[in-house]
Amino acid sequence: MAGKLFPHPLLTALLILIWCLLVNEFRLGTLVFGTILGVLIPIATHAYWPDRPRVPRPWRLAVYVAIVIWDIIVANIHVAFIVLFKRNSDMSPAWVVVPLDLRTPEAITMLAGTITLTPGTVSADLSADGLALLVHALDAPDPDAVRDEIKQRYERRLLEIFE
Amino acid sequence: MLIDALIAALLLSGAFFTLVGSIGLLKLNSPMSRLHGPTKASTLGVGSLLMASMVRAFAHDDGSLHEVLVMAFLFVTAPISGNFIAKVHLHKLRGKPDLAVLPQGDSWASTSRE
Amino acid sequence: MIDIALYIALGAVGLAQLLAMARLVIGPHVGDRILALDTMVINAIGLIILMGILWGTQIYFESAMIIAMLGFVSTVALARFVLRGDIIE
Repeated sequence: MAGKLFPHPLLTALLILIWCLLVNEFRLGTLVFGTILGVLIPIATHAYWPDRPRVPRPWRLAVYVAIVIWDIIVANIHVAFIVLFKRNSDMSPAWVVVPLDLRTPEAITMLAGTITLTPGTVSADLSADGLALLVHALDAPDPDAVRDEIKQRYERRLLEIFE
Repeated sequence: MLIDALIAALLLSGAFFTLVGSIGLLKLNSPMSRLHGPTKASTLGVGSLLMASMVRAFAHDDGSLHEVLVMAFLFVTAPISGNFIAKVHLHKLRGKPDLAVLPQGDSWASTSRE
Repeated sequence: MIDIALYIALGAVGLAQLLAMARLVIGPHVGDRILALDTMVINAIGLIILMGILWGTQIYFESAMIIAMLGFVSTVALARFVLRGDIIE
């Protein structure tokens, strides 16, 4: 019964939160209407995504998000220095192949998004069998170090969260 | 006074990062390198400006939190649009030898549809 | 103090918009042009937010939100068109 009424509990909570933020003032009526939307929309869209993503250890996600936000700020200062003070001929852009240990699509999506937002790297493509990620680095004299850092810093934590 | 200094610092850093993103877009010399400036710097720059707007709203009139929505939306969508543009660049590179070769001899998802 | 910072920020973001527009004109690939448009959308959001702070209103928030959504969808749509329109299926 509860599973039928709330096919995606997290989506329901997110919708209520987004509705309250959109209205931008907290009253009881806002909360009630947000709850109505939060119940109706997951039921209406239930047919398009039958399985809910499994997150066995969601509390570790908070630590991960904090680390990523810190890295985004540091990475931006780093990239700003490269862009402003390094000549184009001194840069060594490189393609890096990152072999993946992650298997769930949600985790791979999060890893790819993290790579794009952090130090001088952009994720470009996934291999056809889903076992490797193609990453472009802006200034990487040592491509292996970039790969090891991605695996050590981000993929290991995502493995703990999702698998 | 302290809050004014905080707002001014957020505004200036936001404008700085936004400008750096666009300078990177204009200055760098290969299509893939150009992708690095806007996807990172501009996102953080606008995020910082939104933060300044939020702090100002809390300091002067009644507080408002809906800037968080734009910020969250930008941070979620920036990697996705970056990935799509990278795929457009890869599409141009198809068949050229400078793409990294996979160790197990498999092909990349967006270049395999020959 | 905020006023001075605000005018400097408006100038810097406006300059960023001009630089992105230069890349839009130069190209040379279609991917660069899509990227330049995406950057211009993000800079436009920044400009709108700065205007909102300058005039002390909250009305511009909705336009910033809608431009953010439209910009993302149009970037993805353009990229999809380039990717699919070029392949003979």
